[in-house]
Amino acid sequence: MEHDFLDRHSRMQSPVHRLPAAWKLITALAIVGSLVWVPRGEWVWLGGAAVLLLAVMGLAGLPWGFVIRRLLFAELFVVGVAIMSLLQPDGLRLFLFLVAKSTLCLLTMVLLANTTPFAELLRVLKAAHVPALLVTTLSLMYRYMFVLLDEGQRMRRARLSRTFTEREARSWRARASVLGQLFIRSSERAERIYGAMCARGWR
Amino acid sequence: MHIPDGFLDVKTAVATGVLGATGVGVALRLARRHLPAQRVPLLGLAAAFVFAAQMINFPVGGGTSGHLIGGVLVGVLLGPSVSVIVIASVLIVQCLMFADGGITALGANIFNMGVVGGVGGWAIFYVVSRAVKGMFGCVLAAAFAGWCSTVLASVACAGELAASRTVGWAVALPAMAGVHMLIGVGEGIITALVLVAVGRARPELLAREAGPEASFPSMIVYGGLVALGIALFASPFASEWPDGLDRTAVALGFAERAVAPIVAPPVPGYAMPGIQWSGLATSIAGAAGTAVVFGLAWILARVLVPKGKSQ
Repeated sequence: MEHDFLDRHSRMQSPVHRLPAAWKLITALAIVGSLVWVPRGEWVWLGGAAVLLLAVMGLAGLPWGFVIRRLLFAELFVVGVAIMSLLQPDGLRLFLFLVAKSTLCLLTMVLLANTTPFAELLRVLKAAHVPALLVTTLSLMYRYMFVLLDEGQRMRRARLSRTFTEREARSWRARASVLGQLFIRSSERAERIYGAMCARGWR
Repeated sequence: MHIPDGFLDVKTAVATGVLGATGVGVALRLARRHLPAQRVPLLGLAAAFVFAAQMINFPVGGGTSGHLIGGVLVGVLLGPSVSVIVIASVLIVQCLMFADGGITALGANIFNMGVVGGVGGWAIFYVVSRAVKGMFGCVLAAAFAGWCSTVLASVACAGELAASRTVGWAVALPAMAGVHMLIGVGEGIITALVLVAVGRARPELLAREAGPEASFPSMIVYGGLVALGIALFASPFASEWPDGLDRTAVALGFAERAVAPIVAPPVPGYAMPGIQWSGLATSIAGAAGTAVVFGLAWILARVLVPKGKSQ
């Protein structure tokens, strides 16, 4: 298991981490919702939100480098969409405002994701009467995505150790066959999981 | 094409939220009714598979790489409703765990990629694979549907951005559709390659007939949802095209010439040729691109499934 870097920070200890997950989800939704509501040009509100979010981040003790990296990763998409607004009258100001607004929303969600374990969010969703089939799917997905990532990486390593070089033209087919194998193994694993679930009294 | 938070205004976010939730609700209902119990864990595993598959990069050249989106692949292998649930689950996890795709845009993203891209792409696959038989037809249909689903989803996305007045329709549509016509080529190729790989190892997974969940009434429900989305987000632009065009004109420095139409309502005789030309040009470009891609998909399928071996 090498993939716990994906959500390692959500299991840290801090006053923010200890808050009930439902509160954090509702607060994050409220913050993002009100940020979306902020009309164009109202920079004061964005500034206020930024101060609040940075305070939460300090309180949660999340490493700055990690949060900035996460933001930069998602920022690609934000800038990619916002850049289209440059083609309009007064585009630069609109562009800057959109990027700032979107970055604050992102920061909110990054804080939520990294102070709340996903399993607890699932519990909140279940309590909020999200259909059981969807919650089951989400929890199985969360349980097994790390396993499948590992499995994909193992197959990749196995292939690399058996071939000399990775030629560009061939590599697409090779990668696609890794994906095909991964799908087959996932569906076989699903059958075994069904058997295990039945054996433990599911249904 | 994950729309981040802050790009959709409140009315668009609410409308797409309702559309996305309805789409997932319909898919869950169909799955509960028609999916055999032993396939329930497969929903979660397929979602985990799509998540893991998106992390495997395909080199495009020039230092960039692309990855599978997976809506059509899951639709072909497991059915359209499963595809909606799986794509929705992937988007929910990406949103809540990685802040990838906004939470207020979650409905829009699910609607675009799950309902429009997933079910729309599956419907195209279904029609084409009925018309051209055998493994060859299956690969051809999957490659073509993979491209279509990416482009359709991007057009829906452009409509939502324009409806929120974030980006003008005249800018959003060519930019989004143009970029995704290229991305879609990768999606089509990867989908076809993976299908061939699956078909070679486990042919029975491909031979499965479309179950009752792909029935006529369920397609009408999905079709109705998509039509509602088009009515909400695309049709207003039939009247807003001049507006969007004027805005680009201003941005490009034709402000003086564009001032008149902005101040006074455009004279029909003056505005109409522009609209018709732009609409016609876009349609022709779109149709030509689609025909070219269909031809490319045909060649790809012929390469992957040589003649005589099309079983």
